[in-house]
Amino acid sequence: MNPFSSGTRLRDMIRAIRACKTAAEERAVIRKECASIRAAVSDNDNDYRHRNLAKLMFIHMLGYPTHFGQMECLKLIAAPGFPEKRIGYLGLMLLLDERQEVLMLVTNSLKQDLNHANQYIVGLALCALGNICSAEMARDLAPEVERLLQFRDPNIRKKAALCSIRIVKKVPDLAENFVNPVASLLKEKHHGVLLTGIQLCIELCNHSEEALEYFRKKCTEGLVKVLKDVVNSSYAPEYDISGIADPFLHIRLLHLLRVLGHGDADASDSMNDILAQVATKTESNKNAGNAILYECVETIMSIEDISGLRVLAINILGRFLSNRDNNIRYVALNMLMKAVSVDDQAVQRHRTTILECVKDSDASIRKRALELIYLLVNESNVKALTKELIDYLQVSDQDFKGDLTAKICSIVEKLSPDKIWYIDQMLKVLFEAGNHVKDEVWHALIVVITNASNLHGYTVRLLYKAIQKSADQETLVRVAVWCIGEYGDMLVNNIGMLNLEDPITVTENDAVDVVETAIKHHSSDLTTRAMCLIALLKLSSRFPSCSQRIKDIVTQSKGSLLLELQQRSIEFDSIIEKHQNIRSALVERMPVLDEATFSGRKAGSILAAAVSTSLNSVNGVSTSAAAPLVDLLDLGADEPATAAPTSSGGNFLQDLLDVGTSPFPSQSGTTQAQKNGTDVLLDLLSIGSPPPENSSSAPDILSLSQDNKISVSPLDSLSSATAPSVQASSTAMMDLLDGFDPSPPPTKDNGTAYPPIVAFESSSLRLMFNFSKQSGSPQVTEIVANFTNKSSNVYTNFIFQAAVPKFLQLHLEPASSNTLPGNGNESITQKLRVTNSQHGKKSMVMRIRISYKLNNKDVLEEGQISNFPRDL
Amino acid sequence: MIHFVLLISRQGKVRLTKWYSPYSQKERSKVIRELSGMILTRGPKLCNFVEWRGFKVVYKRYASLYFCMCINQEDNELEVLEIIHHYVEILDRYFGSVCELDLIFNFHKAYYILDEVLIAGELQESSKKTVARLVAAQDSLVEAAKEEAASISNIIAQATK
Repeated sequence: MNPFSSGTRLRDMIRAIRACKTAAEERAVIRKECASIRAAVSDNDNDYRHRNLAKLMFIHMLGYPTHFGQMECLKLIAAPGFPEKRIGYLGLMLLLDERQEVLMLVTNSLKQDLNHANQYIVGLALCALGNICSAEMARDLAPEVERLLQFRDPNIRKKAALCSIRIVKKVPDLAENFVNPVASLLKEKHHGVLLTGIQLCIELCNHSEEALEYFRKKCTEGLVKVLKDVVNSSYAPEYDISGIADPFLHIRLLHLLRVLGHGDADASDSMNDILAQVATKTESNKNAGNAILYECVETIMSIEDISGLRVLAINILGRFLSNRDNNIRYVALNMLMKAVSVDDQAVQRHRTTILECVKDSDASIRKRALELIYLLVNESNVKALTKELIDYLQVSDQDFKGDLTAKICSIVEKLSPDKIWYIDQMLKVLFEAGNHVKDEVWHALIVVITNASNLHGYTVRLLYKAIQKSADQETLVRVAVWCIGEYGDMLVNNIGMLNLEDPITVTENDAVDVVETAIKHHSSDLTTRAMCLIALLKLSSRFPSCSQRIKDIVTQSKGSLLLELQQRSIEFDSIIEKHQNIRSALVERMPVLDEATFSGRKAGSILAAAVSTSLNSVNGVSTSAAAPLVDLLDLGADEPATAAPTSSGGNFLQDLLDVGTSPFPSQSGTTQAQKNGTDVLLDLLSIGSPPPENSSSAPDILSLSQDNKISVSPLDSLSSATAPSVQASSTAMMDLLDGFDPSPPPTKDNGTAYPPIVAFESSSLRLMFNFSKQSGSPQVTEIVANFTNKSSNVYTNFIFQAAVPKFLQLHLEPASSNTLPGNGNESITQKLRVTNSQHGKKSMVMRIRISYKLNNKDVLEEGQISNFPRDL
Repeated sequence: MIHFVLLISRQGKVRLTKWYSPYSQKERSKVIRELSGMILTRGPKLCNFVEWRGFKVVYKRYASLYFCMCINQEDNELEVLEIIHHYVEILDRYFGSVCELDLIFNFHKAYYILDEVLIAGELQESSKKTVARLVAAQDSLVEAAKEEAASISNIIAQATK
C-alpha cells in the first residue's frame, strides 16, 4: 500500500474534526487530511479514491477549498463499477458547478452512462445532468435524454423528464423536440412520471407559445379528468398525506391547468367544475390541504373570468387571513396582492385586518402586508391609512422603518389631496424617521414648499418646532435649515399665520442657534453643513443684527478639511464682510421651482444621463450639461446630477454661482420664476442656441494681429514660468494668421506646440488661449488664458469661469489679478489645466463666463469655445 | 423551482447543501452566512418564510436542524413546506428515527436520498416508499460490489500465500 495514502477512514476523519475545540485545531486536521489526499491524487492511487472523494466532500461542506479533487470525480465516473460512479457523480454535483471548464470533460462519460445497461447507472447520469448541466452539455446530450423519456422503467422516465426541464431552461430552442414525448407522459398512471411530466409540460409552455396551444387543445380535458380521479380517489397509503391523496400531484395539476386556462375562455370553462370542487371540498385544517387551496385560488385568479369561482376564492383568502397560523396569513396576504387587480372591492373589505398585519411581530408578514396596503390606498382612504402608518412608524422596529418610510412617502406624494396635508405628513415622517428618507423625497418636499407660498411661514415654524425636539434626523435638519435660511424672517415675525397656529416667539438669535447647532452637530455630513453655510449667508442679510455672529460661525469653517466647506466659508465670509451693498440682492429668496418641470426632470433624469454622452459627440457640448457642472464644482455628490438645475441640489449651484458673479438685473425679481428657474446655470452651460453675446464673439481674424501685439507686449509683468510659452505661441499665432513673420515658432524643449486661438472676443474684451502639453501625458493640456481689455475703462472684480462636458476635467488656477486696466495696457492671465479622457476621439469644448464691474456696474459675458485645435 | 437546499444546525454549521442554480463558491458561503443569520434568529411562532434577495426561503426546524429551501416569488410556499417534510420523513424511515449525527456521519446517504426526491430543483417522486426502495436497491448494489471485492482480495491473498 502507498505509504502516503491516508489511512484514516471517513468516519474517523469526521470524528477528528468534530473533536476539535478551536477553529485553528480544525484547520490543522483538515490541512493534514488535504495533504494526504493531494499526495494520493498525485500518486494516482486507485484503492482509496472514493474514500478520499467522500472526505473531500465533507471538507468542502465545511467551506474549505477542494478544487484539487475535481479530476478525481471524473476518474471515478469513468470507472466501470456502480459504487465508484455513485460517489463520483455525487462529488461532481457537489464540488463543481456548470461554469467550470472541467465539466466539459465529463460529457463523454455521461453519454456512455446514459446508454448503460444498468438502469441505476442511467439514473445516476440523468440526475447529474439534471442538476448541473451547462448549455453545451444540454445540446450534446438532449437526444439521449429524449430517448430515455420512453425508457421501460418509470423511474428513469421521471428522471429524464426533470432532466429535460434543465435542458429546456438552458437551451430553449430544444423545447419543440420534447412536446410529443411529454404528451404521452401526461397519460401515464405512475404518479412520479405524471408529476414530472406535468412539470416539464409547464416548462415547455413557458418557453413556447406553440407548445402551449398544442397542450391546451390536446391535453386540457385529459388533465381535468386526471385531477378528478386524484381528488376522488380512495385512500392510498403510498401517497397519502394527512388524508389527502398525493397533494403534490394536486398542486402540479392545478398549476398546469392555470397555465392552460390563462387567456383562454374554453379551456377555463372546462376546468370550472373541478376547481369548484377542489375549492369547496378540500380539508383546510392541515398544511397539505391549505397548500392545495392556495394553489387552487391562484389558478382561479388567473384563468378567465368565472365570477362564481372568484367569490369562492376571495372567501378562502378571507378565511386564510383570519387564520391563527402565520404561514397561512402570509400566503393570504401574498395572494390578495394578486386579487387586488381582479377585485379591488373584495380586498378592501379586509383592509383593517391587513393593517393589523403591518404591525405584526413577524417581519415577513409585515413586509407583505405593507406592500398590500400600498396597493389598497386610494383617494378616499389615503388620510386614514397614512395616519395609521405614520402612527405605527413611531413604534416600529428600526429595520422596518426604511421600508415603511419609503412606502409612506410614496403614498403621500402620489395621493395627497392638498399641499398643507402633504407638508404636514412629510414633516411627520421626517420627524420620526428622517434618517430613512431618500434624497429625492426631501428634494421633492422642498419643491412643494417653495410652491406653496401661503404656507411658507407655517412650514418654517413647524420645522422650527420639530427640530427643537429631534435634532438627529438628518433630512429633517436639512429641510429645516433650508427653510430657515429662506424664510427666516417669517419665522421670527410670525408672518403668514394660519388660523390653526398658535403664535410662537422666536428671536433672530434662536433661528441662528438652530443652524449653528446643525453645522456643529457631530452627525451632520457635508451636504448638511454646506446647506447650513448657505442658510447662514441668507440669514446674515435677513437678520442684520446677527450679522457679526453669523460671520463668526461662518469663519469657523475656514479651516475645514473639506474643500467644499472651506471654499464656501471663505467666499461667504468675504461677501458678508466686503459686499454689504450687494449682499441683500445676492441672497434673495430662491425663485419658485416649477413642480411640473421638476417631476419631469426627475423622471427623465436617467434617460438624460444616458443621452448626454451621445449628444456630446454630436455638437461637442452636452445639452444636459448640468452633470459636468456638478462635476466641475464638485457639489452635492449625492444629488442626482441631471436633476440639479431644478432640484434643490441645483439651489446650491445657483446660490453659489450667484455669489461668484454679481447678480444681473433680470434676476432681482422673483416674479420671473420660469426664467429664473433655468437661469444662470443653464445659460452658462448649455441648452440650445448660444446666448446672444456669442454672436459677436466669433473670432474676427483680421482684427487680431494688431491687438495681439499689444497683448504680448506687457509680458514682463507675468510670471517667468508662463512667459516663454505665451511668447512662443503668440508668435506662432501671428505666423498663422498674418503669415508675415517667417521665423519658425521656437519649439519648446518638451511637448508639442499648438497654435494659440482667440477663444472669445466681444467689443470690450478678448480672451486668448495658449496651449502646451507635457510630453508623456497627451491627455493633459495646459492652457494659459490671456484676457485683454479693449475698452478704455478699467474692469474691476474680474472673474472668469469655465465649464466643460463630462469627458473633460478642468482645473482652474487663480488669476494673476482681478483688475484689468483699459486700452490693452495690461492683461490678466490665468492657467487652466484640462484633462481629456477621450483624447484622440473627442475634441475639447468649453463654456465660459466672464463677469466684471465697469464703473461699478455689473457686466456679464458668456460664450462657448469650440474652435480648440484638434487632438487636444 | 427550488434554487438550493440547505441544512443548517442551530449552531450555524452546514450539514448539507445542494445547489440547483449556479452560485460560485464565494457566493455560496455568502448565501449561507446571510441566511443562517436571518433564519436562526427568528422566533419559534413566526411564519416559515423569509424574503431574501427577491426570492423566498422556506425553512422548517426539526430538532436541532433547519431545513431551508430557496424558491421563486411565485412558487407555492406551503407546498415547499410539504416537500421538506416529505424529505424528512424519508430520512427518518431510512435511518430509523434520524438525528443530526446520522446526517453528519452519513452525509453522502442524505445526498443520495435527496437526489431521489429532487432533480433540477423540481420534485421527482411523491411516494416515500418508491424513494426508499430505489435507495435500498442502489445500496445493495454497492454492498454486492464490496463483497465481491473482498472475496477477490481473499482469493488473491490465499493464492499469493
